[in-house]
Amino acid sequence: MALVPLLFLAVFFVWPVLTMIGRGLIVDGALDLSGFGEVFASARIRRVIWLTVAQAVVATGVSTALGLPLAFVAYRLRFPGRAVLRALAVMPFVMPTVVVGIAFRTLLAPGGALGGLGLDGTWTAIIAALVFFNISVVVRTVGVAWEGLDPRAGEVAASLGASPWQVLRTVTLPALAPAIVSAASVVFLFCATAFGVVLTMGGLRYGTIETEIYLQTVQFLDLRAAAVLSILQMVVVVSMLWVVSRTRGQDTGQRRGHRSGAAARPGAGHAAALVVTAAVVAFICAPILSLVTRSLRNQGGWTLEHYRNLSGSGEHNALLVTVWEAAANSLRIALVATILATALGLLVAITVGRPDRTARARRLRSAFDAAFMLPLGVSAVTVGFGFLITLNRPPLDLRTSPWLVPIAQATVALPLVVRTLVPVLRSIDDRLRQSAAVLGAGRARTFLTVDVPVLWRPLLAAAGFAMAVSLGEFGATSFLARDDNPTLPVVIYRLIGRPGTENAGMAMAGGVVLATMTVVLMGLVERLRVRGVGGF
Amino acid sequence: MRGLEVRDLQVRFGSTAAVEHVDLRVPEHVVTVILGPSGCGKSTLLRAIAGLEPIAGGSVRFDDVDQSGTPVHRRGFGLMFQDAQLFEHMDVAENVAYGLRRHGWPADRRTPRVAELLELVGLAGFGPRRPGTLSGGERQRVALARALAPEPRLLLLDEPLSALDLALRVRLAGELREILTATGTTTVFVTHDHEEAFTVADHVAVMRGGAIVQHGTPREVWAAPRDVDTARFLGYASVLGGTTARVLTDAFPALGRSDAVALRRDSLRADGGPLGATVARVAPGLAEQRLAVTLSDGAEVPAVAPNTPPLDVGDAVGLSLVPGTAALIGGASA
Repeated sequence: MALVPLLFLAVFFVWPVLTMIGRGLIVDGALDLSGFGEVFASARIRRVIWLTVAQAVVATGVSTALGLPLAFVAYRLRFPGRAVLRALAVMPFVMPTVVVGIAFRTLLAPGGALGGLGLDGTWTAIIAALVFFNISVVVRTVGVAWEGLDPRAGEVAASLGASPWQVLRTVTLPALAPAIVSAASVVFLFCATAFGVVLTMGGLRYGTIETEIYLQTVQFLDLRAAAVLSILQMVVVVSMLWVVSRTRGQDTGQRRGHRSGAAARPGAGHAAALVVTAAVVAFICAPILSLVTRSLRNQGGWTLEHYRNLSGSGEHNALLVTVWEAAANSLRIALVATILATALGLLVAITVGRPDRTARARRLRSAFDAAFMLPLGVSAVTVGFGFLITLNRPPLDLRTSPWLVPIAQATVALPLVVRTLVPVLRSIDDRLRQSAAVLGAGRARTFLTVDVPVLWRPLLAAAGFAMAVSLGEFGATSFLARDDNPTLPVVIYRLIGRPGTENAGMAMAGGVVLATMTVVLMGLVERLRVRGVGGF
Repeated sequence: MRGLEVRDLQVRFGSTAAVEHVDLRVPEHVVTVILGPSGCGKSTLLRAIAGLEPIAGGSVRFDDVDQSGTPVHRRGFGLMFQDAQLFEHMDVAENVAYGLRRHGWPADRRTPRVAELLELVGLAGFGPRRPGTLSGGERQRVALARALAPEPRLLLLDEPLSALDLALRVRLAGELREILTATGTTTVFVTHDHEEAFTVADHVAVMRGGAIVQHGTPREVWAAPRDVDTARFLGYASVLGGTTARVLTDAFPALGRSDAVALRRDSLRADGGPLGATVARVAPGLAEQRLAVTLSDGAEVPAVAPNTPPLDVGDAVGLSLVPGTAALIGGASA
């Protein structure tokens, strides 16, 4: 059963990526590593590497610093509106990168609400957008861990004379360290491989390794440089994932809480956390509100004109299809991708989520687990381009196949499905399965009786999450989607790239439509009340 | 007064009262056990004393000073839970030294103090161990050493032995009593286990439904449970009323007179005593046979008999009362 997802991963991820890399490194049938020297000798590339790392470090630091107080407020305090806050905190993560890009631009561009700050197109703006996305990861991951933390360890510390601040510093944060490290590594990963946001917000001025791979492949046609950069990126990603799995391994038993309803009412002692939360909420809402407002305005008045234009193909026929057609395409493609990702993710989770009887099985399982996390961090551009050069001839010629884009999106969504389902399956006491087996249930019946009742809600949640991510996927899709069959994010990106206020207005209206689709989906996912969706 | 004084304390969770009008005095150096079934509000009372639950009314005073404005970390009350709540990212010595650091003990005084406490709880040399490598009993010992280290004015123990297995619980209860006496620590100890209470307590307060229903020394409380529920909770196997109580008080005049008599499993002994009965059931035991016997009025009560001769159902036996094991509900005892 584990073979199906493995085969999928091999054909639709490992093979394209390796081929892409091989193209760069194998010259005339022989391995040629001179590419490394040439690439690293280039001042431009060195600047790109430095910018990528600096950008990721800063954005990770800020996301973590702002996410922790929010995680505390959303998961440790009890107040009306907490569910809304939690939903709001997870929303940015599934916001399509392209939408976030244009949302920030409407806010920061001259004429935007914060246009006076002169931040449009700056490095600060890119960092802000990356933080916008990744606060969710910190809030979700750390929040869920914090919620499960037994408050009595802190109470003991207080009885030993620790002030609330000292309790936080000496007991709570160390206990949360695995979750914080885990979240920060994933955030770093996302920031280091960010593509859509950087492309829409910084153009190519503040290039990252990812946008550079795009440039080298698409514009300079220098596959060698692209391959070297891809390898570099993968080394970073794999070492990051290794660190994460190491910290997970050292996880102590302290998080298992026995007291429920441990959440406190907000009090004076929480003022600092509440102020940060309010600021973050404003920060999350501002670009979205700005986008919605601007999409409804034209020439100083309120209008639905931009939305009406969505049934056309843009000023000067910027597009080959109407925006609504692209939206329908997006939904169709995302649905197929979701079904693929969910089915495969379930198979992976069932394989990985079983308890291990031997150390060998445990090692094998962690390797398997890590393999399916890989697509999270490997350049979507590499995957996309790899698809183009591997799946273009028999036995697998998918260039014109309607399956191409859904498969690429499923590869991207698969790790998120696995991440949601595995903890759920692991939380099932294996003795329940054994009891069912002793009572005469076969393997299938045992699965139906024990696993399915626990699993179906997380499965639905994971599917919704996967669909939201697929809807917004831009990196790989931008490579693979054909002009006569584009998805909504691709169309939006094309519209901002074209001159004309009508096109700009349509991009904003399209962005609102796309954002609404993902938010509605995530709202439904939230209603399923599954812990840890969007956490790592 | 010196020590803890709780007056008319009330704690509410929403509209339900968890602790209702509780008065409790724990003089200096005294170990008071709050004994009650789960859900009776005893842990909430303890948390309110510690300052972890907001109180809806009444006061918590220590050495005549009202503690209501004092946050948990300034009260100087030690606290220990059922599951040790050790700080997993610190080793044993760091755990024990935690309170000392918070109270500003210099490093050169902390080290000997930690060693002294580990010695006291029987874990000398365990300093460098990680909490994850300890057994349940060892973890509780570390938690106790940690709570005692900064010399708390009052030690609050919330079911500290309940997570352990029976043999260990009995042994640790005895050791705990010795440690608390040796250090002269004023203590409030919450438990649902009556034997543990008997072992550890100078003073027992029985709690039920958010209120304290009876208090006194262990002997006083066990000799005269206030009502039937209290008697059952204190470990009496059966409480007999009406004619059965009459049958018993008639057969054993030394018992006194009461409407209800509480018997332990081994209060009646089939050794040719004055009270006639018929064996209804018999089960062999290691030291003695355990019986259920039918009295003249048809009531069935527990009894024990020596292992020889073996008894059978239907045998007639004569019962005697083991002195000091039966109690009159709400009255004086035998």
